[in-house]
Amino acid sequence: MLGDGILKGLAETARNFFGSYVSRDRLTTIQYPEQRDPQIEAARSFPFLVFDGADWQQGLRCVSCQICEKECPPKCIFIEKSKDKKPDAVGKPQFYPVRFDIDISVCMSCQICVEVCPFDAIKMDVDYDLSTDDRFGGLLLDRQRLAKSNEHYNKIHPTEAAAVDAALAEERAKAKAAAEAKASAAAKAATEAKAAAVANPAPAPQPAAGESQ
Amino acid sequence: MTQTLDQIFVLAKHWLLGFLPAAIQPFCSALLSVVAIILVFATLFAITTWLERKGLGRMQNRLGPNRVGPCGLLQPLADGIKSLTKEDIVPAAADHAVHFMAPVLLVAASFLGYAVLPIGRNMVLTNLNAGVLYFFAVGSLMELAVFMAGWSSRSKYSLLGAMRAIAQMISYEVPLVLASIVVILHTGSLSTVAIVDRQAVYTGIWPHWFVFTPWGLAGFVLFMVAATAESNRSPFDLPEGESEIIAGYYIEYSGFKFALFFLGEYIGMFATSAMAITLFLGGWAAPFSFLTWVPSYLWFFAKLLAIISAFIWVRGTLPRLRMDQLMNLAWQFMLPMTLINLLAAGVWQFMPAGVARWPVCAAIVAVPFLLLARGLKQKRKFQLRTYRFSQ
Ligand code: SF4
Ligand code: SF4
Repeated sequence: MLGDGILKGLAETARNFFGSYVSRDRLTTIQYPEQRDPQIEAARSFPFLVFDGADWQQGLRCVSCQICEKECPPKCIFIEKSKDKKPDAVGKPQFYPVRFDIDISVCMSCQICVEVCPFDAIKMDVDYDLSTDDRFGGLLLDRQRLAKSNEHYNKIHPTEAAAVDAALAEERAKAKAAAEAKASAAAKAATEAKAAAVANPAPAPQPAAGESQ
Repeated sequence: MTQTLDQIFVLAKHWLLGFLPAAIQPFCSALLSVVAIILVFATLFAITTWLERKGLGRMQNRLGPNRVGPCGLLQPLADGIKSLTKEDIVPAAADHAVHFMAPVLLVAASFLGYAVLPIGRNMVLTNLNAGVLYFFAVGSLMELAVFMAGWSSRSKYSLLGAMRAIAQMISYEVPLVLASIVVILHTGSLSTVAIVDRQAVYTGIWPHWFVFTPWGLAGFVLFMVAATAESNRSPFDLPEGESEIIAGYYIEYSGFKFALFFLGEYIGMFATSAMAITLFLGGWAAPFSFLTWVPSYLWFFAKLLAIISAFIWVRGTLPRLRMDQLMNLAWQFMLPMTLINLLAAGVWQFMPAGVARWPVCAAIVAVPFLLLARGLKQKRKFQLRTYRFSQ
């Protein structure tokens, strides 16, 4: 008959209407600011800079190599290199960024900066409620606002961060071993030089030159 | 006591008018009623937007607005403030005067119809003896406003939406009027007050509402379908089809003018619903004789809310029609059915009162309905579409 489809549809919506009052699990709404869905690990929003230790300025892993700045497709990263050097995550003296800005109103969350960074210094964050009433300044994140601790990184992307940490630890161990070897070699050379100096004090500079080779 | 309660607004008005000199009393009386009507129905508009959002939400297993005020009840207020503070943008190429006039005219036209609607016993602004005619006449003013909006915006979408709206409103005006003619045929009066008075009598406990007769029931259903189309409500909301023409004739409106369109549309919907109540559902009359002690205006608003809920329910259920389906429904189904219904009402009029006229009239309506439904269904054959240019 004409119209029975309409009646069927009306019955369906009525069932939904009353059902939503009877059974709570019909309602899929999440009351957003108070309730949130658990974050999945692969979630990503905008990049942030990882730092180790307690002091973000000292611990920044970024060495200001500017690869990410060049690779970023919409060109929303701006880096200014430092004149002096500070030890990086592994302990080697490196440049550091005196300015590192990301305009997240331009960033398209492509993660390319993360892919290209050779120092595991930039990673993707998961924050999404970033609305602000200042659409220029509020969305241009500077060094300080971008810096987040390694613990934060471990919390939001545990698996990935663990792998990064392991690799870094290995490198640090290598660097440490190298430094130790160097130090012991230096110490040995020093003692040898001393011994030589004691043996024949007259031509002192010769063993010193040999040590440097 | 119940008498006073029923007439409380009428008495209050008379008491207030008593303080004024006799010369300006008629004018002030009208003014008071107009202000009351505007306030009451604007409030009803606010309540309806809340009801609609809540109801639609629940039908889709959502919560609906629940942030502003308890249960989101203050949401309409927040919406109003928002639309008041929004920037009012007028397209550079628009015809400014007409662009400004259109929403104002729409709201004014939608309010005009209330002049003849009896909201309660003795509660009608003017008892025109051509009330129903007047109602439909001012109702078609809305079409003018809609076309003004579409034309003056200088936008393709606006114009398309306005064309659709005009085509739809004019097509459905015919069945709308024809569906209500049966009542006029029966009562022999165009006055809304007389129509309600004829229905406010009881046999035993049962009222004499026209919806309880075969032609009345058919007329009511047809009237409601046509009223839905007339007020551009889903499933007949093609003029504003968001997915095709974005918002139709009011796409170039923003801020408070946009809100005015909304207001006008809802007020128009209330007016046609109130007309349906007046014509078929006994106006302010109680549904049972033992309930007549409840004030008449409460019955009127209860019925109005019931019809509004039905509108919301239908909106939550049905998808939008296509333009050709819309036109086919109007001219191939609604128009013949209203004419047949007219015949049934005529037969009812001339048959002697008794049980015999019930089955006869019911058959006059039902048999053509079934035949028409079958015919329309069979006609719907699908065939491979051929293209003239793209092959
Ligand atoms: S995520 Fe993509 S767009 Fe955003 S800063 Fe990194 S490279 Fe640029
Ligand atoms: S974030 Fe990485 S790629 Fe970008 S400048 Fe720093 S170290 Fe280089």
